[in-house]
Amino acid sequence: MTTLAVRGFSWRHAGRTAWAVRDVDLHVEAGERVLLLGPSGAGKSTLLAGIAGLLPADTGERTGEILLDGAPPAGTRRPGFLFQDPETQLVMARCGDDVAFGLENHGTPVDRIWPRVTETLATVGFPHPLDRSTDALSGGEQQRLALAGVLAPNPGLLLLDEPTANLDPAGAALVRAAIGRVLADGRTGMILVEHRVAEALPLVDRVVVLAAGGGIEVDGPPEKVFAEHGDSLAAQGVWVPGHGPAPRTARRTGGDPLVSAVGLGYRHPGAPTPALSDVDLTVAAGEALAVLGHNGSGKSTLALLLGGLLAPGVGSVVAHDALSPPAKPPHRWRAAALTSRIGSVFQNPEHQFVTGRVRDELALGPRRVGRTAAEVDAVVTELLERLRLTHLAGANPYTLSGGEQRRLSVATALATAPSLLVLDEPTFGQDLRTWRETVALLGGLADDGRGLAVVTHDEDLVAALADRTVTLHKGRSYDEGRCGR
Amino acid sequence: MRFAAPVAAAGTPVTRLNPVTKLAAVLVLSLAVLATVDPVTPAVAIAGTLAVLPFAGLRPGPLLRRLWPLLLGAATVGVVNVLFAGEATGTLYVHSGPFRLSSGSLAAGAALALRVLAIALPGLVAFATTDPTDLADCLVRQVRVPARFALGALAAYRLMPLLADEWELLGLARRARGVDAGRSPVARGRLFATTLFALLVGAVRRGGRLATAMDARGFDASTPRTYARTHPVRRVDLLVFAGGVALAALSLGVSVAVGAFRPLVGG
Repeated sequence: MTTLAVRGFSWRHAGRTAWAVRDVDLHVEAGERVLLLGPSGAGKSTLLAGIAGLLPADTGERTGEILLDGAPPAGTRRPGFLFQDPETQLVMARCGDDVAFGLENHGTPVDRIWPRVTETLATVGFPHPLDRSTDALSGGEQQRLALAGVLAPNPGLLLLDEPTANLDPAGAALVRAAIGRVLADGRTGMILVEHRVAEALPLVDRVVVLAAGGGIEVDGPPEKVFAEHGDSLAAQGVWVPGHGPAPRTARRTGGDPLVSAVGLGYRHPGAPTPALSDVDLTVAAGEALAVLGHNGSGKSTLALLLGGLLAPGVGSVVAHDALSPPAKPPHRWRAAALTSRIGSVFQNPEHQFVTGRVRDELALGPRRVGRTAAEVDAVVTELLERLRLTHLAGANPYTLSGGEQRRLSVATALATAPSLLVLDEPTFGQDLRTWRETVALLGGLADDGRGLAVVTHDEDLVAALADRTVTLHKGRSYDEGRCGR
Repeated sequence: MRFAAPVAAAGTPVTRLNPVTKLAAVLVLSLAVLATVDPVTPAVAIAGTLAVLPFAGLRPGPLLRRLWPLLLGAATVGVVNVLFAGEATGTLYVHSGPFRLSSGSLAAGAALALRVLAIALPGLVAFATTDPTDLADCLVRQVRVPARFALGALAAYRLMPLLADEWELLGLARRARGVDAGRSPVARGRLFATTLFALLVGAVRRGGRLATAMDARGFDASTPRTYARTHPVRRVDLLVFAGGVALAALSLGVSVAVGAFRPLVGG
């Protein structure tokens, strides 16, 4: 049972002029379950870090106070904190050891550690033995393991920062179910940050919205908050129930075929089973093909193969005449030949940034394929304007927000005017506003006659964009045909 | 995920040895070999190590895959020293330009190759059969290494395979952007440098997130830690350590007895 009091709390990271969090007053009673919302940049994550005692005094400037049961959070007197990325919160190589890590830090007597480890793993529905390697788990299993590790020392308050954003729908549902079981005792409080509100609502009894300029904009029961403020929250990028994206009604039919996978298979070096086998599909000009499947179904591998970045193990990737391809298969094209025909947009935009300025980033591709300086300038200026990046032309790509980075990574792929774009999870972890921008951008590209192959597990994206879907299951492809409506 | 194949199955006797006594035995043996520059001491040490290997339950295939760079390295050291020996001693077999092949240089090259092998082989086998978690535990509990250092290094070690995946992905992402080096070595060097920079930026961020997650679970607390796993020093561990000391003594003893002993210092 833990009570949280935040009084006049502000935080400014060292070296920044703007406050990350400003003038927040918040009281959370023991066992209360709060959904914390707010536009990008309102300071949700920074506030959680403050509540968890993870903002060292020498890393910024602070005003106000945060008290857990009357004392500042530190050491073992902290709430439990589940982060977004499972990879960077698992500490140990074996599952049981990882759950035990927090208990060891709390000085739990050894004879009480292992019973507690077993108990918390059962609570979160973890299906594997204690000595299973933490690397041999799916993302959803890793996240449930991390939840068990956070719960083991029995914190009175849980902080969850987008705990399901990295997971496929099935894995995310299991993690939410586990969180629900944990809260069922009614004694553990929670503060949850989550973009996808509809899925989080069954878990919460209070909604708090941080205002962009500081302070708290709205605070109250979910029904009341969304009835009175739904429209303005949706406009700020919050996924409010009932304010979701309108599905497209116009469907496109493809033109000339661009690229086909023929009996395509691939096995990662050293892997016991192939990531893909017997995949057959074709992407045509002017259509959006969605490739669906769970995490680990081989979707990302298929994107790399279609993008001419990996050499097929079995079968082939065939570039059709509409691409006026070189005689060799795509994975053996020179990079410049590839980038002017097939553009690839990776899941993490930062993987693709090569230069230190947004403008240089856009100019890189056109220069590589031999455009003149005047042509390069024209392309860069047009893309900066079209994707609303003009004011950021001189900024370092690494310093952009998530939505800006996504727009830039699509823009860099467009700069060489490829006929086919292969995109891996283009809407991953985005708020509603960025999501809408991305969908509109991609829809426009298909309408202009480009072919799109979109690897995703975002069901809303499929509903809004896809003309056809192919589902991968255990590395094989199942053509689901055209999206009817 | 690309971990090297384990050299021994989990649960075989050699993997269940206490890592600290096992590594201490290896350390004593290495010091004995380092102490002298003759070929007899390392030869005896290698023979002794090879004699106990069959009882260690190792898998020959994965072991050889780990060992071949070492064997190649030792052979290279030997050949280079044979060919480019500074002075020819003993019988001179070949003299052509800078190459002087003599009985003396053959012996010196062989001795150096044997030393490299004798120092690296036991250590490599010991590390290959040691679970990193057990090693970190024992370093903290039995050698009193600070937990913050040992467990922090252990957690960072877990992220290493991610770096290999990330490196490959960064290379593919650059190709997708139209960047490849072609045949130019300068372009290759620049591409390597910018990819490495991107890799480091990503690694630093991930490391920071991991450290934050560890502190959020109380790793920075002043509460005395407890330890969930116990690693007692058993009789077999003491026997292994005694075996290492005995082999070191035997190697030096044989070397002195046959009159080959040439101490590194003060000889």
